Amino acid sequence: MSADVSQALRQSASGSIVVDGVRKVFRRGATVALEACSLEIAAHELLCIIGPSGCGKTTLLRIIDGLIRPDSGRVLVGGEEVAGPRRDVAMVFQHFGLFPWKTVYHNIAYGLRTQGRPADEIQKVVPHYIGLIGLSGFEHTYPYQLSGGMQQRVGLARALAINPSVLLMDEPFGSLDAHTRELMQVELLRLWRMQPKTLVFVTHSIDEAVLLGSRIAVMSGRPGRITEILDVNIPRPRDPDTLRRSPQYLALRSHIWDRLKHDTPPPRPAIQDGAGRPGGDAAGRTSS
Amino acid sequence: MSQAVRQVHEPAGAADGARPWRRAIESPIVIRTLSVAAGIVVWEIYGRWLHSPIFAYPSGIAGGFAAVVRSGELQYYLASSLVVLFWGLGLGIVIGIPVGILMARLAIVEHILDPYINALYATPLVAVIPLIVLWLGFQTKAKVALVFLFCIFPILLNTYQGVKNTDAKLSEVARSFCATEWQLWRDLIIPSAVPFIVAGIRLAIGRGLVGMVIAEFYTSIGGLGYMIVQYANTFKMDRLFVPIVVLMILGVGLTSLLRGVERHIAPWLHAAREE
Repeated sequence: MSADVSQALRQSASGSIVVDGVRKVFRRGATVALEACSLEIAAHELLCIIGPSGCGKTTLLRIIDGLIRPDSGRVLVGGEEVAGPRRDVAMVFQHFGLFPWKTVYHNIAYGLRTQGRPADEIQKVVPHYIGLIGLSGFEHTYPYQLSGGMQQRVGLARALAINPSVLLMDEPFGSLDAHTRELMQVELLRLWRMQPKTLVFVTHSIDEAVLLGSRIAVMSGRPGRITEILDVNIPRPRDPDTLRRSPQYLALRSHIWDRLKHDTPPPRPAIQDGAGRPGGDAAGRTSS
Repeated sequence: MSQAVRQVHEPAGAADGARPWRRAIESPIVIRTLSVAAGIVVWEIYGRWLHSPIFAYPSGIAGGFAAVVRSGELQYYLASSLVVLFWGLGLGIVIGIPVGILMARLAIVEHILDPYINALYATPLVAVIPLIVLWLGFQTKAKVALVFLFCIFPILLNTYQGVKNTDAKLSEVARSFCATEWQLWRDLIIPSAVPFIVAGIRLAIGRGLVGMVIAEFYTSIGGLGYMIVQYANTFKMDRLFVPIVVLMILGVGLTSLLRGVERHIAPWLHAAREE
């Protein structure tokens, strides 16, 4: 953990997150989803969590959101223990989670209304976020009339509208096509730079994690635990095209790839054990 | 903005534009109208050819219709039928929806009521008519009770299903945004149950009309059902068909009225179906 992160945590700034030895078991002990899972996230940090599917990434996120309680361990947000869903933590769902009977406007207003914000505030805030996500003119459109990318913009705006100090995103772009996905990633970075918040972004895409994250937490398969935390020292603003050609990006990418492939934690960096592989490849070729 | 809104209506192709007459003939509304017109013509010809004392044809029925309207019979009996349908269906809605909601939300209410509802729903309700007549007499009260019994089950059971079918993912969204129980109802449970409830009411209208006519056959001296029995007993075939046609129009009219209401209160459903 870098020095500035610990500093922020010590001040327990609003928006900092501490996951402390969390364990979660499902189906009466049959499946251990999370085991001794610990993580510290500074306020205004953008942390990506990556891991093989079914490793408990979503479970961890739902525990941070207070939707489910851990069996042991605890989660602190802004220095306070999470006992249930909090008003200063918002979630963006993989399935978008828009209400089909509400228009774009009312979907975005949803969080503000449940928090009982005054009507004049809602009337000011909602159009602002509609503009921010580029959906002006679609206020009275229903979700089914929108493309996937537009629906997730609404999901994002709904979460941002309550101005949370923590934004949790659960594979939000997972169901979008590659092109839309990249647009959304750039869009998210733009919004995050405009309004820095603690952002925890769960993904199973290595490219996405490297493009977005200030740090990347790598999780192992069941039982899920954090095996490694990587700093992404690539300067912002990051552009997907130039990023893909940078050597840092490639090194990081192959390191994570190797980690996920082997899953069981080998502590050595992946770049060094690349030497043995060409020989094995050649042997395979001659035998066939 | 790189993405476009999905079009609800496909624009007409250029090739179709060249033969507008053909498109007009093939349009569903034209085909439907022609089908009904052809049916009436065939019926008329066959009826006149058959010339039977126990059959009627459209022009004769139209004459019968004019006669019963002029004498005021139709208005009188229709009004008494509509009163029964209104109260029976109305009570079914007013009682069926809240009870359905309570059953879906509170397990204890479900376990208390479920055996009774299952038993009554499975009972052919025609069998209880003599009992209801004994208890409530031959007048409006008995008929309302019967229509109510015919109507309430589809409404109640559909409401129950609708509330039970609330999307678990959306429930989680609501919880994530710290929604209170009341907000959960307002924003999630009620709107997602609306299509089920409307479908239940639509079923109830059909069953309610059946219940109404049967009740009028067996009980009172009034209503469209009584008209049918009376004219059948006296072989007034032209007039006999009048209440039958009125019942048919009533069924079709009420159902499409409900569709209009649904379109108004649940526009997202209507549009989704069109797509």
